[in-house]
Amino acid sequence: MLDGRKIRDDFPIFERKIRGRDLVFLDTAASSQKPNCVIDSLSQFYRDSNANVHRGLYVLSMEATHKLEQSRKHVAEFAGANPDEYYTVFVRGTTEAINLVACSHALQSLGSGDEILITELEHHANLVPWQMVAKQTGATLRYAQIDADGRLDLDHFFDQVNDKTKLVSFVHASNVLGTINPAKEIVSRLNERGIVTMIDGAQAVPTMPVNVSDIGCSAYAFSAHKMLGPTGVGVLFLKKDLADNMVPYQLGGGMIFKVKYDTTRFADPPERFEAGTPAFAEISAFSSALSYLEELGMDNVLKHEQQMASYMVETLGKIEGLKLFGPPDDHDRLAIVSFELDNIHAHDLGMFLDFQGICVRVGHHCAQPLMEKLNTTSTTRASAYIYNSEEDIDILASALREAQSYFSRTLG
Amino acid sequence: MGTLNQEIMTVDELIARFEVFDDWEERYLYLMDLGRKLPAFDESWKTEENLVEGCVSQVWLVSKIHHEPSTRVEFRADSDSQIVKGLVSILIMLHSNQSPADIISHDIDGLFTKLGLTDHLSPSRKNGFYAMIRRLRALASTYVS
Repeated sequence: MLDGRKIRDDFPIFERKIRGRDLVFLDTAASSQKPNCVIDSLSQFYRDSNANVHRGLYVLSMEATHKLEQSRKHVAEFAGANPDEYYTVFVRGTTEAINLVACSHALQSLGSGDEILITELEHHANLVPWQMVAKQTGATLRYAQIDADGRLDLDHFFDQVNDKTKLVSFVHASNVLGTINPAKEIVSRLNERGIVTMIDGAQAVPTMPVNVSDIGCSAYAFSAHKMLGPTGVGVLFLKKDLADNMVPYQLGGGMIFKVKYDTTRFADPPERFEAGTPAFAEISAFSSALSYLEELGMDNVLKHEQQMASYMVETLGKIEGLKLFGPPDDHDRLAIVSFELDNIHAHDLGMFLDFQGICVRVGHHCAQPLMEKLNTTSTTRASAYIYNSEEDIDILASALREAQSYFSRTLG
Repeated sequence: MGTLNQEIMTVDELIARFEVFDDWEERYLYLMDLGRKLPAFDESWKTEENLVEGCVSQVWLVSKIHHEPSTRVEFRADSDSQIVKGLVSILIMLHSNQSPADIISHDIDGLFTKLGLTDHLSPSRKNGFYAMIRRLRALASTYVS
């Protein structure tokens, strides 16, 4: 198991005191903290190599371009996207990546009578764009159900697939329940039928070894900021045959081949989908985040994740009046644990925990349909990562017990 | 709705009450106690229509006009959050026994800060607080002909 307490030394934010207490950070599923190497790399870029990428013919611009392209290569290697099969497109985040596929592929090629399949586990980012596509094209949006443990019901999933199904988009690992979906198994069955597949890997890529070529999906997206990297950087791997037939997402500089006053010929992917100046400093620094994770080893990161998940489920599960959502064991799940405590509203609980220096997320987690399915309006979500240890969970558990007595107290 | 027998305070009295508590724990306990004293809220009033939009927790607000002995609006509210229930009970307290016109013009800007709640409530909670004030005023304005 990784030593969360030792890893924490690489993350300067843990020197911070919150209301006089040590920081207990259990909100990585929203955004991770950053190690020194990433912070230094970003600052070093601005100190040493800063200039806009691509077109400059001077040393600084060429260096910046080289760094950006190195990051592109690095991230494709990291996530196993074979460059013979996939383009690596830099976007702002997972949300933009999904919107890009919705607009540049689905809106152009789907029509009335076609069907899109997603699941009940989806984040709004992998739901609302498909609603928009369905509305504009006349296609039908279907949802694959989850079972009582928060796992995808695969029989129901494949019952929804038929000859009209043109696109399937699903989350690799749930941001609310931590459930890991069997991406390869799902995609291989859909590939047999020639269906376009998109995967939201925002929680999966930071926490487990992912090999996109092995999964074989048409599109795969994730965000740098949830995996030690800077904000404003997302990655979209696109199968080449799909991408070559996709129209641009945004129009402007950096994505053209030839512009005349009346016509424009667009550049080939990935540049076709990268209009405007990319977040080149952040993209360059992202490479340091990948190196950091590679050094730990993604197998070890996943092991740590599952051990934390197991400890969280066990420890929180012992609290009377605490209701856990999602898989009841550590099998195929991440250390993302949603729960309700007595009848204390998640926002009230979040405030109480904040007073103790504990950072968790409360609310609907951008998954309102899933909340409805779980028969609630909001939950409290604790998520652990490489810098967390069992001690953090013990602190959380004892604060939750204090909250139970606080919220049932009266001044009298 | 029956007659109102809830405790009534002015803004200054309320501020004075809150000032007694020097730590957040007691201040919020007091706030939640105020919420618990709200008169019963009929389950049938918990409709989509009575739900205040713009709150992170669910808040329902209903009103009724009384003309005897004088014209005043009665409010009832409930929330699934104890903190928010306390907040809405403050608003109801401050607007009780007032005519619709008084409610619409009642200025309670800055109340949040004066009660010492600013440091502890999230921006979304603050937005929700103002959404409740807007709803109170909107309800009152339906009685102005």
